[in-house]
Amino acid sequence: MEFLSDIASLINSTLRISTPLVFAAMAGIFAERSGVIDFSLEGKMLMAAFVAAVGTYYLGNPWIGLLLAILACVSLSMLHGFASVTHKGDQVVSCVAINILIIGLTTALAAAWFGQGGLTPTLTEEQRFLEITLPFADSLRDVPVIGIIYSDILSGHFVFVYLAYISVPIVFWIVFKTSFGLRLRAVGENPSAVDTAGINVFAMRYKALAINGVLIAFAGAHLSTAMNANFFREMSAGRGYLALAAMIFGKWHPKTALIACLLFGFTDALQIRLQGVELPAIGEIPVQLIQAIPYVLTVILLAGFVGKAIAPNAIGQPYIKER
Amino acid sequence: MVSPILELININKSFGHVQANKNINLTINKGTIHGIIGENGAGKSTLMSIVFGLYQANSGTIKVNGNEINLKSPKDSIINGIGMVHQHFMLVENFTVLENVILGFEGETVFGEKLKKAKQDLQKLCEIYNFNIDLDATISDLSVGFRQRVEILKSLYRGAEILILDEPTGVLTPQEVDELFTILRSLREEGKTIVLITHKLIEIMDLTSEVSVMRQGEMVGHTKTQDTDKEKLAEMMVGRNVLLRVDKSESKKGEIVFKVSNLTVKDDLDVMRVKNVNLEIHSGEILGIAGVTGNGQTELLEALSGIRNVEGGSVELFGEKISDKDNFLNPRMLKEKGLAHVPEDRQRMGLVTDFKASENLIFGYHDQEPFSKSSILNHKKISEYSNKIMKEYDVRPNSPDLVTSNFSGGNQQKIILSRELNENPKVLLVGQPTRGVDIGAIEFIHQRLIHMRDRGAAILLASVELDEVLSLSDRIIVMFDGKIVGEKNNKNITDRELGLLMAGVTGE
Amino acid sequence: MSSVVVDKAKVPWWVSNVIVPLVNLTLALIVSGLFVFIAGENPIEAVKLILYGSFGYIQGFAYTLYYTTNFIFTGLAFAVAFHCRLFNIGGEGQAYIGGLGVFLVAANLSFLPVPIVWLLAIFGAFLFGAAWAFIPAYLQATRGSHVVITTIMFNFIASSLMIFLLVDVIRDTNQMAPHTIKLPKELWLPSFESFSGILGLKIRYSPLNLTFLLAIASLFFVWFLVWKTRWGYEMRAVGHNAQAAIYAGISPYKNIIIAMCISGGLAGLLSINEILGVSHKIQAGFPAGYGFTGIAVALMGRNHPVGILPAAFLFGILYQGGSEVTFEMPNITRYMFVAVQGLIILFSGALENLFRPQIESFFVTRLNKDVKI
Repeated sequence: MEFLSDIASLINSTLRISTPLVFAAMAGIFAERSGVIDFSLEGKMLMAAFVAAVGTYYLGNPWIGLLLAILACVSLSMLHGFASVTHKGDQVVSCVAINILIIGLTTALAAAWFGQGGLTPTLTEEQRFLEITLPFADSLRDVPVIGIIYSDILSGHFVFVYLAYISVPIVFWIVFKTSFGLRLRAVGENPSAVDTAGINVFAMRYKALAINGVLIAFAGAHLSTAMNANFFREMSAGRGYLALAAMIFGKWHPKTALIACLLFGFTDALQIRLQGVELPAIGEIPVQLIQAIPYVLTVILLAGFVGKAIAPNAIGQPYIKER
Repeated sequence: MVSPILELININKSFGHVQANKNINLTINKGTIHGIIGENGAGKSTLMSIVFGLYQANSGTIKVNGNEINLKSPKDSIINGIGMVHQHFMLVENFTVLENVILGFEGETVFGEKLKKAKQDLQKLCEIYNFNIDLDATISDLSVGFRQRVEILKSLYRGAEILILDEPTGVLTPQEVDELFTILRSLREEGKTIVLITHKLIEIMDLTSEVSVMRQGEMVGHTKTQDTDKEKLAEMMVGRNVLLRVDKSESKKGEIVFKVSNLTVKDDLDVMRVKNVNLEIHSGEILGIAGVTGNGQTELLEALSGIRNVEGGSVELFGEKISDKDNFLNPRMLKEKGLAHVPEDRQRMGLVTDFKASENLIFGYHDQEPFSKSSILNHKKISEYSNKIMKEYDVRPNSPDLVTSNFSGGNQQKIILSRELNENPKVLLVGQPTRGVDIGAIEFIHQRLIHMRDRGAAILLASVELDEVLSLSDRIIVMFDGKIVGEKNNKNITDRELGLLMAGVTGE
Repeated sequence: MSSVVVDKAKVPWWVSNVIVPLVNLTLALIVSGLFVFIAGENPIEAVKLILYGSFGYIQGFAYTLYYTTNFIFTGLAFAVAFHCRLFNIGGEGQAYIGGLGVFLVAANLSFLPVPIVWLLAIFGAFLFGAAWAFIPAYLQATRGSHVVITTIMFNFIASSLMIFLLVDVIRDTNQMAPHTIKLPKELWLPSFESFSGILGLKIRYSPLNLTFLLAIASLFFVWFLVWKTRWGYEMRAVGHNAQAAIYAGISPYKNIIIAMCISGGLAGLLSINEILGVSHKIQAGFPAGYGFTGIAVALMGRNHPVGILPAAFLFGILYQGGSEVTFEMPNITRYMFVAVQGLIILFSGALENLFRPQIESFFVTRLNKDVKI
């Protein structure tokens, strides 16, 4: 019985830990499907965490905080677009610039405004997002199998967790079942084909980047107003890069990217449990090495031991219309 | 009754300092097939891209059915009934035919009823024109000829009344060309207007009723096709009498220098592209390879020059085996043995366009003396050499420090040619030596190749320009589907014979 | 879209390589000033403090040059890889692991003559940094894993690995904090203060040390490598056009690995400055963001040693002057200067063509007019 509840809690934390990765991977799909590299998921996630925490602290409502975070992230996406779509700057350099700018700016402003060495003030229970207990979760707890699945795994998550998993089929539907999705995929494969079909290539890429900004904002808000009750420096801790790796590993498809995100989440959930545990034959693995597991996993996944990923054909290239 | 459907008045367009179109006036009548002919770089494609709304003219007026229209993007052109089939197809390779056709004209936000209706409409269109296309096929699985039909279908579905085709036959076999012409004629029967851009005189004579000639960005003449002939058109195109054949003496064939036996080569996608090819080249001769693009010429040249692995068979240079499946020499080692290669795609392979001209002039020879000694570059020697060779090959501007992308196509090609010919190679592999090169440079390049031959080099020349192969080669082989399907002495071969061989029809 | 067309052949070199970068830098600094203002401080005052802190007194200037040393290494590291079109964002981790090389050499070979130990330590720093760059390079060359993501991951992994080593393996067991024991004093590189007497100056302490000369030598090394040797030529060829490189018999695979290893090695040299020069032990997190700053230094310096030197000096001023600012202005932390780096990368890198056509055409028309008159 204890084993079962261990498994349940492991799955429960996998779902929770994967949430920001799922949002970020979905955000990445929109940008990269349109032909724009987005290594700046990391910076945008951090920006969203900061803005959501500060906005919520001053205005008292996490939803307003989320809204502000969305505005901030969309602006950053537009900046990326301005540099790399309009001015045809190097997309990777633009992303690196945004990441470094945001790492500095968020902590610098937090320190300037709140003087706590880069922390924002802790949000109260009323201010932040809380776990949602699904209806009947308590009464169903003792029912075998269903009880564990419903009450221990599915119930008791932050709203973002549910939103993240709902977003995956929606993204799939948009990308593959709508005319917008058709144009999105086309603009990342062959922008000239899109241009000669009378569609504005630049506008398409900006639209994709705007959606990208909205989605990544959810990831950041989840970090600072749900999972934690404040912002602290570099709290995104590489999640933007992990999500990107998951997306590449998932071959730019929402479904497979989701699976890769869950794999990351599971590894992370497992590593937390492995800390301080004596393993047979190996002994206790030092905590620092365990913490490195997700990063090592990223490298392994990217090396593509499951077959080479084929990126959208036009990715990374600015669209140049006249010769 | 003749009524103009499209009128261009005083169109001007420049790219940077190059004026691509100067005061162009053109009237195209409804229900005709109108040819526009001119050399590479005459400004034909630019003009039509303006009509299609892809480029914006600097000045001038465009009228459709007598009404002035303002073309800001291809969308405006499409609305006004203008469709265009580009030289490089504008298709998304991993999309289906259906997806490509409806792109931008989906008619609904979420796919559903309209998609079904689109499919029915398209099936009807396919039947009318006998297109024989599977709407659910993925583009990457289709042959070039079918891809072109998808492009035509796309324009028709979007309601095109005027259909512009930019060099539509360059990538087709003669048989596919015939099929295309049948389609174009039946489109005209349906009342559509067709604008055919080409540099091939024979197509103009075959198909069009009116023809306009462009030269160096200007419109130099309009005429009814029946009132002119090939020679007159050619003269208008080039602006002087055309030398149809290159002046060359009889070849002084020597020993066999280069021998290829049972060669097989795969492409990047693991598809067999060269199948059991055998050939021999003697010193002092030019062996021409004729064939439609994509029949294995690219892979053959790449394998012979050491860029691509050999799957089977062997290559011998002066009787010494230089490559087979298990070991092959890389391009640098081959250069040392006296084999030079002018690649068919100069931007992609022959040059580093961001390098200075002088750096490109030693590219691939940079590790040899006098350019470098114990791995250290000698810039003084490089610069002296660059100055000398650029003068000798008349590369303009004569500035070795200028970044290569700032040179015109013809001058870039001269940079490559001077580099590859300077070492007096014993074997020279040449792919598409004059693609996108102006007429003056073409003559220069042809003379250089003949000169090399007369000095005893063995030259393998691959070109999709049949005229080029015919005028330069001493012997001609034809490649089709990776195989050599025929070998002829240049003296006794007709265009017709070559055409059939290129289409894979053998046994004559 | 407004498009200004410029005849590139007529643009003088100093317009594209000096004027345009300076305009971009100015833009970045103006936006930085705005951020300082948002943080609640006066930007003009901040500039005064920066100038005073970095030039105002001899010790401050020595600090400026000490930071410059670090930035020369990391800037060169990024630039070398970038010539092969590789984004080595992993300077941070490579410097960290490089420190391990320095320490292992110095701690284990201290019986050798001191100059030999120094040379071996330089070799160790380079080798360990190069080794840490090798794996991402190998994966890029063979599997196409994007080097940006892998090097970032290798920064995280290096950090975990080094903390593990510092806590469990090579920690100074007499101390609680995660750092190693100090190296023997005779191995410490002579610092500026020991020379200052000769120069007739009196300063109490300065971190500036002999490594500064190593940095200057590295500038020459990179300049020579990239522009004067066939290896540099081949690296640049691969970076600009890998397919053309193959055609010319140049192996992209080999050059990707060489460029990344040299890049990692240069980043590793930072640890000579930090360990042999200043702290004399490995401290947790000693690369302290210098690796990332190298990106800004290189992009601002247009990846050329002649540009990297002034760029590194500018960042030295920002760092040293910045610490003066953080001391005097409670609302400004060192993270503000991280943001400034981001802005500099943005304006000198991604947005480098923002005003380039306008500036170039301005000068081209001006200069040609002069000629006519």
